[in-house]
Amino acid sequence: MINLPAIRWGEPYESLEADEATHFLTGEPVARVNAVGSGIVTRDAKKARRARQALRSMSPAALIDACRRAGELFEMATLAVGDGRQSPDDFVRQTSATTGMPIAMCQANVAKNAFVLKNIGQILDALTRGLDLDILARGYGDEGRGVTVSYQAQTEVLGAVLPSNSPGVHALWLPVIPLQIGLALKPGSQEPWTPYRVAAAMVEAGVPKEAISIYPGAGGDIGAAILSSYRRSMIFGGPQTIQQYAGNERVQVHGPGYSKILLGDDAAGNWRDYLDVMVDSVYRNGGRSCINCSSIYTPRHGGEIAAALAERLGPIEALPPDDPQAGLAAFTTPGAAAAIWAAIERDLADPHTTHATAAYGPRLVEQATCAYLRPTVWHCRSTGCPGANKEYMFPAVAVVDCPQAKMLESIGPTLVCTAITQDESFRQDLIAATHIDRLNLGPIPTPQVNWLQPHEGNLVEFLYRNRALQAA
Amino acid sequence: MSDRAGDIDIAAAVQAARERLDAHTVEIVAWHFHESTGCPFWLGKKRELKFDPLTEIRSFDDLKKFPPFEDEWLRGGPVRRWAPRALADKPIYVFETGGTTGVPKSRIAVEDFRIDYSLFSDTLPEEYFPLGSNWLMLGPSGPRRLRLAVEHLAQHRGGICFCIDLDPRWVIKLIKKGWMEHLEAYKKHCIEQAITILGAGHDIRCMFGTPKLIEALCLELEERGSSLAETGITGIFSGGTEFTPQWTRFCIEELFGGPPEESGIYMTPTYGNTLMGLACSKPVTKGDGYKITYYAPQPRAVVEVVAFDDYDEVVPYGGTGRVKLTTLTKEFFMPGFLERDEGEREPPYVKYPWDGVSGVRPFHELADATTVGVY
Repeated sequence: MINLPAIRWGEPYESLEADEATHFLTGEPVARVNAVGSGIVTRDAKKARRARQALRSMSPAALIDACRRAGELFEMATLAVGDGRQSPDDFVRQTSATTGMPIAMCQANVAKNAFVLKNIGQILDALTRGLDLDILARGYGDEGRGVTVSYQAQTEVLGAVLPSNSPGVHALWLPVIPLQIGLALKPGSQEPWTPYRVAAAMVEAGVPKEAISIYPGAGGDIGAAILSSYRRSMIFGGPQTIQQYAGNERVQVHGPGYSKILLGDDAAGNWRDYLDVMVDSVYRNGGRSCINCSSIYTPRHGGEIAAALAERLGPIEALPPDDPQAGLAAFTTPGAAAAIWAAIERDLADPHTTHATAAYGPRLVEQATCAYLRPTVWHCRSTGCPGANKEYMFPAVAVVDCPQAKMLESIGPTLVCTAITQDESFRQDLIAATHIDRLNLGPIPTPQVNWLQPHEGNLVEFLYRNRALQAA
Repeated sequence: MSDRAGDIDIAAAVQAARERLDAHTVEIVAWHFHESTGCPFWLGKKRELKFDPLTEIRSFDDLKKFPPFEDEWLRGGPVRRWAPRALADKPIYVFETGGTTGVPKSRIAVEDFRIDYSLFSDTLPEEYFPLGSNWLMLGPSGPRRLRLAVEHLAQHRGGICFCIDLDPRWVIKLIKKGWMEHLEAYKKHCIEQAITILGAGHDIRCMFGTPKLIEALCLELEERGSSLAETGITGIFSGGTEFTPQWTRFCIEELFGGPPEESGIYMTPTYGNTLMGLACSKPVTKGDGYKITYYAPQPRAVVEVVAFDDYDEVVPYGGTGRVKLTTLTKEFFMPGFLERDEGEREPPYVKYPWDGVSGVRPFHELADATTVGVY
């Protein structure tokens, strides 16, 4: 068992209180995670300036280079994490053990986070639209058009209340360090591994350790302290969290995505051509991400599409985490899977809804220490069906009958929208729709992320404000 | 040899305390179930019992004959049904617990809260809680016992108590609604009042504060370039499941500036609620890992740590179980009330020769539904 101390601006802190993260199958303790209280977070925040000062002692180029090396170390090296040494294989097994995710999926997320670290220069170049990062570092400069531009850091440290659902989401906060902004992280209770390993890799690669704090502890207590201590924070949560922080300029909130595929009138007849894209969008990464597709809207052939998806997804079984074919993550919180299935069953009882995977065996698979939900597809013959727009943490999708003209008013907030249509007028309406965040025009799987594009708001714009600066 | 002598002394003290508890139990049960002195609730309950409490309760253990005490009995009126006939003409207070939604639990009191806090006063070291010094009470008043109790404590020690209110029911609503900015603003509102009073030349040396407010007060004073020691505070008592060893360590090492002999500030935890008296702790020290062990004010109240699957069975020393409270005063009889907390059973200690409880935290089966640390 590895002991993970809290990290207070680079210094390990052994708490008198600790939580155990256990293996979801065997119940064996995998990590002892030192828990701190909100007072420590609030008090440390008074020293946030030092974190930024330490980062400003290095140029953005040097920090980008350190992150590149950190990416290599994160992926390949044995690192000092907590009181132990952690190899890449240890990391993957530990992450799988406490989250219930298959090992192959955890490995894929390693590659994803390492890719972001190694390519952070290009990512920042894209997010800043080619701005010379030295202008951010200096505070102002000439972009090359003879115009002075100035950017003001909105916080010295970004607070982040991180989730446990997928190690892949950590890619969102990785670019913060080269922007010379520190990090105060509250790791997810089941997935402390990625923040600790990223921090270890960064420090090993030369990022000043004083720039990073990690505060495990009670979610509400630590989360509230982080959000109230820093002028810019990132939080992951459910619909209630989204609602709570809507319109709060200090908080970038990441929650359910309700990501969708829309088939236009001109494409619905060729739906078979897009079946692979639909299956991939629903199933990739165990269906656990906000960018997985949760609804497919089509003007025609809804029943056939649902049946075809069910034929592909329905037979998928819950396999042990070390099986290379495993594609489903376990629900490790007792009762969670059963509660989700009960909610789905209520929706399936609707007279205009058909459960397309019913013929492929029970969806809820309860085991001794965990439970699985097998991929579930249902067909909604109306946009008013209760299950038309739901998102769950497993491959679950509604195929919804909807005329093209009614789609935009029916889909609601949509993080990723893959619109398959060549209808230019419909495309223009999609581009103009403010309730769609990431828009894919054409048959692009919803989880396919282009890191050169912003995700749920541009991180650079969140952390830096473009303001006027005149010098005489 | 001295250890052995100590063991013998402890054993004798434990035996004496047990005999005293048994005798007290018989006396209190007789009081509550006698027609001339008992309260309507227990006199009515007596008819449902399959035994006669006046003749068949001969020891504390005999209280197991009573059915489990249901907290629903304390919700709703008429409140007079809890007033013992022998005390019916006295001025009666009612104190409440819970009540964020629905009907709160209530209990009546005449002198109990004063007696409890006078007994607690005897445990406070004079060096840090000087007699005659004034107090600050920074916590919930309203329908709770705390404000009057702390005020009595101050008066009992020859001081005067300044009070700043915090409404925990509103705080719980803010947390449940997710209105964290309002929560911060409300906390700030309380702390600003406290700093104003502390700086107003009233010679306040002692205070009660809830853990969250003590922490917020220290952090705000630090923000202003001051400290708790600079305000003149030397003695603090606080309580609740938020008062953990780690929190104590954080306060002592980082907020107060060291242990009492260095910082001049002594803080002691307490455990209790409106339904029982005030359990005190053994001194909390770094050498003991800031461990907090509470002992009830026996024989007026008893804390037991019982098995999760058998509430009549006390767990072995060091074992984990649910906290069970019994209150035995002439004003209130509450046998076997299951608290919403759990902890570890601790052996008797020379000053308190009966069982204690350490590691008190929300009962794991209810923890998700319990909002803690609100004030």
